[in-house]
Amino acid sequence: MPEQKLTGAQIVIKALKDQGVDIIFGYPGGAVLPIYDAIFQQNDIKHILVRHEQAAVHAAEGYARSTGKVGCVLVTSGPGATNAVTGLLDALCDSIPLVCLSGQVPTHLIGNDAFQEADTTGITRPCTKHNYLVKDVNQLARTMHEAFYVARSGRPGPVLVDIPKDVQFADGTYIPPTEVKHKTYRPQVKPEIARVEEAIELIATAKRPIFYTGGGVVNAGPIAAKLLTQFVKMTGFPITSTLMGLGAFPASDPQWLGMLGMHGTYEANLAMYNCDVMINIGARFDDRVTGKLSEFAPGSKKIHVDIDPSSINKNVAVDIPIVGDAGAVLEDMIRIWKARQKRADQTALKEWWGQVEGWRARNCLNYNRTEAVIKPQYALERLREALRGKNHYVTTEVGQHQMWAAQFLPFDEPNRWMTSGGLGTMGYGLPAAIGAQLAHPDAIVVDVSGEASFLMNMQEIGTAVQYRAPVKIFILNNKYMGMVRQWQELLHGSRYSNSYSEALPDFVKLAESWGCVGLRATTVAEVDEVIEKMLAVTDRPCIIDIAVDPKENCFPMIPGGKAHNEILFGPEDSPSDATPEDGMVLV
Amino acid sequence: MEEKIEKHTIAVLVDNEPGVLARVIGLFSGRGYNIESLTVAEVNNADHLSRITLVTSGTRMVVEQIKAQLDRLVPVHKVHDLTDEGPSVERELALVKVAGTGERRIEALRLADIFKAKVVDATLTSFVFELTGTTAEVDDFVGLMAQLGLVEASRTGVVAMSKGPTGF
Repeated sequence: MPEQKLTGAQIVIKALKDQGVDIIFGYPGGAVLPIYDAIFQQNDIKHILVRHEQAAVHAAEGYARSTGKVGCVLVTSGPGATNAVTGLLDALCDSIPLVCLSGQVPTHLIGNDAFQEADTTGITRPCTKHNYLVKDVNQLARTMHEAFYVARSGRPGPVLVDIPKDVQFADGTYIPPTEVKHKTYRPQVKPEIARVEEAIELIATAKRPIFYTGGGVVNAGPIAAKLLTQFVKMTGFPITSTLMGLGAFPASDPQWLGMLGMHGTYEANLAMYNCDVMINIGARFDDRVTGKLSEFAPGSKKIHVDIDPSSINKNVAVDIPIVGDAGAVLEDMIRIWKARQKRADQTALKEWWGQVEGWRARNCLNYNRTEAVIKPQYALERLREALRGKNHYVTTEVGQHQMWAAQFLPFDEPNRWMTSGGLGTMGYGLPAAIGAQLAHPDAIVVDVSGEASFLMNMQEIGTAVQYRAPVKIFILNNKYMGMVRQWQELLHGSRYSNSYSEALPDFVKLAESWGCVGLRATTVAEVDEVIEKMLAVTDRPCIIDIAVDPKENCFPMIPGGKAHNEILFGPEDSPSDATPEDGMVLV
Repeated sequence: MEEKIEKHTIAVLVDNEPGVLARVIGLFSGRGYNIESLTVAEVNNADHLSRITLVTSGTRMVVEQIKAQLDRLVPVHKVHDLTDEGPSVERELALVKVAGTGERRIEALRLADIFKAKVVDATLTSFVFELTGTTAEVDDFVGLMAQLGLVEASRTGVVAMSKGPTGF
């Protein structure tokens, strides 16, 4: 039987189906019309029409992070691709598996400054894990399958496939994923056992140990999170996590110290500073976490588990590096711990917990509770109570509200919390919430937002309305770019240069104009009421405008360039000496 | 305490596909690493493999980062640090144009002979010499020619290979 020829566009769709894609987020344009035509003629893959390509990528991120699957994006050439760049870099920084397909001008026009032409592979090279320009239709199927393999293997990330329009029209041969094996890319998943054994010996002798975990555990899948929980329970050690790793270990567990880093808890940061053995699993010693490098956990031996060898010894020199998948390493750790009948030093551990509990008793997340004005922390506490026990997902934008959400909303499972950690992209939360909602139609999805971030991608309400995604946009409206204002207070003499949100819309009317539900709370008494009403809406998006204290700042805070033990607790800590000269330049 | 800056020669085997060199160079510029020299050419026609030889410098931590970053590029097959992995040979080829007459011209020719440089072009007033040697030898030769009417020099940068029977 002669091989069946398909057009390039049909090959794309067939490859997507064979890769298990059920939703693709995109926006049409001249250079992808053949693929859109192929989408029109099938029913297996649902296309979600966004209102801006950046949002398509964030929505795919929300989908990917809440399901553990590869997110998929389709954009046109030129401006379609350049609009997607921020999203791609966001996914790269947070290690989110995505495949982004972009249209390109026909091959014979490449390099001619054609209409809507951009050097997409050139522009996205540093913003993707890998990218391809497919000039031969017979390479298209192979490239598509490779793209999915690269996106999800090793440290996940976004992969872009640029497809010229003539290649989409041309006839070519399809090959299934089973026939594609990548020539070079084989990330190490299984760790070197000798290193794991070394780590176990060190862990067993620890007097003041701490687990410091990150997004790598979440990326390794729900089983890795279960293994982490099991191992942490076996050892009895305290555990903290980065912003990206929240939910991998249940926040309701007493061994959980909360998030660490710049806006992390006192107990987590002090435990890091004073530990003698640090067990880093799937975190990367990011500058938000380490603070002043020379005073980062100064007396500690460090174990670092990471699937990406380039993360090891990049910022912080470690004693026992282990390259491998977090799940695979944890499995070996548990096995060896049991086989060697290890037990933590109970006397030392008891003393250590005594110290940790002392720090915990400082109650660092306490804030000035008042009836006079809605504190953002209060609004989140009420949201937390309302969501308790319900199937829910939370996304955030970027800024103060994001840090408060990380501090005040507990997650007992991975893949429930989606925030732009590495790139810090304002405008991430709403499209990510739409992506998560479409993947989980029956769950409650809340975008904890600030009024400034929300404005950055608010056009996506249209997408949410069109696909009946009942996302809850929970705006902590303080009329400022709060984190910018906070830094201006700390570092720039309270000169609030361009950080006031002038000319805001009426968010309730805005919601109504889209056919959504708009709610507002201006007094403490109204907070519970609007949350209740918000949760009752299940057929359309809901915008909740919470008028919070415009002057509230996010604490605790370790100012840039300071060590973990130089934490600020609140406004009573003098901001004038908050940051040394050399710390001023740090972001 | 300032960490010592080390110079390393790194050989990288890559798929000879469009954009691979841009990925390598983009890595160095994007992360602020030094490239002292870089040479690249296809070495395996059947499998479309190219070999890149890089000379770079940095602290031990930076050099280790460079290797790890190179290794995680998708089209990279192998990364070898020839400086770390035992003795290696390093060679550079240079074309050196010298113009002059009389005693200066004779001296240039005499030095070329000492350095075992070949004359690949000659006119009544100029020579183009071809010289292969270590970077230091080429530096020395070009330095001497600078005093004898050097017009221009073109250098390939270092290519390198480990000594002994085992290959890449």
